[in-house]
Amino acid sequence: MATTSEVRGERVQARSPRRSSLKTHQTRTAYTFLLVPLLFFLVVRFLPTLMALRLSLFDWNILKEVQPYVGLDNYRTLVGDERFGQALRNTALYTLIGVPLQIVLGLAVALMLGRVRALRGLYRALYFAPYVTPIVAAAWVWQWLFSPQFGPVNTFLTWLHVPPQPFLTSPNQALATTAGLVVWQNLGFQIVLFLAGLAAIPRSYYEAAEIDGASPWQSFRSITLPLLNPTLVFSVVTGTISYLQLFTQVVNLNFTDQGGPLGSTMTVALYIYQIAFGRYQMGYASAITVVLFVLILAITLLQLRFLTRRYEA
Amino acid sequence: MNRTLTLAALLSLSAASAAPVTLTYWQYDFASKVDTMNKLIQKFEAQNPDIKIRQETFPYDAYNQKVASSVPAGQGPDVVNLFYGWLPQYVDSGYLQPLPAKDFPAAQVDKTFVPMVQTSKIGGQYYALPTAVRTLAVFYNKDLLRQSGVLTPPRTWEDFIAAAQKVVKGAPPRFTTLGFGIQPDGQDYHVVREVLVRQFGGSPYSKDGKKVAYDSDAGQKAMSFYTDLFTKYKLGTPNFFPGNNSYRDAFIAGKVGMIIDGSFAVGTIQKGAKFNWGVVPLPVLKANGVRSNFGSYWVNGITKNAKGDKLNAAVKFLKFLTSEDTQRTWLQSVGEIPASKKLSNDPQLRRDPVYGPFVYALPFAHSTLFVDEAGQRKAWVDAINTVILQNGSTANAVKRAAADEQKILDGYYK
Repeated sequence: MATTSEVRGERVQARSPRRSSLKTHQTRTAYTFLLVPLLFFLVVRFLPTLMALRLSLFDWNILKEVQPYVGLDNYRTLVGDERFGQALRNTALYTLIGVPLQIVLGLAVALMLGRVRALRGLYRALYFAPYVTPIVAAAWVWQWLFSPQFGPVNTFLTWLHVPPQPFLTSPNQALATTAGLVVWQNLGFQIVLFLAGLAAIPRSYYEAAEIDGASPWQSFRSITLPLLNPTLVFSVVTGTISYLQLFTQVVNLNFTDQGGPLGSTMTVALYIYQIAFGRYQMGYASAITVVLFVLILAITLLQLRFLTRRYEA
Repeated sequence: MNRTLTLAALLSLSAASAAPVTLTYWQYDFASKVDTMNKLIQKFEAQNPDIKIRQETFPYDAYNQKVASSVPAGQGPDVVNLFYGWLPQYVDSGYLQPLPAKDFPAAQVDKTFVPMVQTSKIGGQYYALPTAVRTLAVFYNKDLLRQSGVLTPPRTWEDFIAAAQKVVKGAPPRFTTLGFGIQPDGQDYHVVREVLVRQFGGSPYSKDGKKVAYDSDAGQKAMSFYTDLFTKYKLGTPNFFPGNNSYRDAFIAGKVGMIIDGSFAVGTIQKGAKFNWGVVPLPVLKANGVRSNFGSYWVNGITKNAKGDKLNAAVKFLKFLTSEDTQRTWLQSVGEIPASKKLSNDPQLRRDPVYGPFVYALPFAHSTLFVDEAGQRKAWVDAINTVILQNGSTANAVKRAAADEQKILDGYYK
């Protein structure tokens, strides 16, 4: 308590002119220190982004000695590129399946865990384990689980008299099976987020609602959901971004990084990788990178605007 | 004053010419290759005291990328080990220099090396030469075949299908044992393109390699024949085991009767397989029918970095690497078959139970000139998958592969 009042006292005093010069000095020092991360971001983040923009205007193949300027040609090629179209559709599908699923499941599990008294830590650890497991290892476990021949999932299905499924080896099921891995891995993180969000809602609100005779569903709709809004917005936005950049799971789950049978699990990020490091067409790969960047930016801005407004009203 | 300067200059010049030339050699990291090369380098340096060789290796997955990115930087090796299929790109970029004609006359190379090496001749000039080559053959699990009542390994495709049908257990998608370890993106797509198309009387590409020629009757028959192994005869399923070498791993685990693989797989199978296994040549359609095989190899080339004294040293080193002595050492310690016609005609080698079938195929092995190896493979694998995974028609599949691959070729030869 004593420290708080001291700090407050200092703030009040800071308004005097002599103190204000000290404050400018402090600010200056702060900015000098901030200059280091700022420079770092400029050199490591923004400069490469701008260079990618420039590169996308050239037919830049690292095996060629001459890298001719081609203007918007790379973007024009992109319009007629079927494989890019497929990658884009797949990426959209991943996002549309994955984000809502992991939020609903994450919230459901978090609500249940909030009620569990015994072995609480163990349950949380169990759900969090996949998130900290290396993706490559998780992918191998997933491949085994869903192996058409030896997988326990098919054994279980046969038990229920459902015919065995081809899963990752089928162009129709590979994407959903891959999305399943991503959801499973992200679930732990979602749960931790929601547990924190739920803990921040004061108990007294629920008690008041109970006294007023509100049903559990009513208090969930009118108290939990609105007060959880910041957490939800965060989950939707960061979740969407991570799905739009999906790469590692797809590479490790679908053989020889071809993006699954008939390209059915190919994502935009994997396509960029193939074009850049398989064929060395850096210019074309940069053009796709720029498109992906613009898409992510637009979607994120839309989500922030739409989601926050809706609950503020 | 002037005299001392001249003297000093002369002294430093003579010192420079006496200093040994150091060459950098790059290859990918494969234990037996690296060890053998270290021993060969010792031998070469003993014979040429004025040349020093520095070997640098990189993981296989990053190798092509590493080589490619050293081009624009003007760094990297003087002598480099490359997959033959990458040559067009490296020649095109001006990264490799043609082998000096006086040291490696094209006619001489044509005569002394096995025919498929001619794929490395671009515009009448050789740009690189191999120490060893690889072909395909059938690996079979002797124990599994015998238990299923197959006493002689197959010679024709008819035998092959009959034998595989006796071995296979289970039904799609739940097999427990495969008759044939089918895997389109393993070596199988080479089999369809370079073996089956030719066996059905066609030719996969035009003479200059710029036009796809398998969109033909022979191409259709080859595609139907191969996909029938999956759809009609149900001999196995792709990706039976997880991972990139699914068919080979499953074979080593004793779960597969037969696979088609390259001589480069001998070492891995020898080390891993805990059962009796054997090798037979790729089947033919009927006795005395057309024989064909797909051959591939890694070549050594001289980069544009090697000039003057370095170039002379590089030529000496390359002559050493492609000599018969080196080829013999390579066979004994790496297990790849010699690229020299003379050595591969050696009766003892041809009778070898493991290497014999691979050597047997050398005279009629074809290697494809890839301009985009990954892209060209994808074109085929996707076409095959439309048939076996989506019940597509084989006619459309061949058309699709041809169109996709022609687009890649056109993009390169424009």
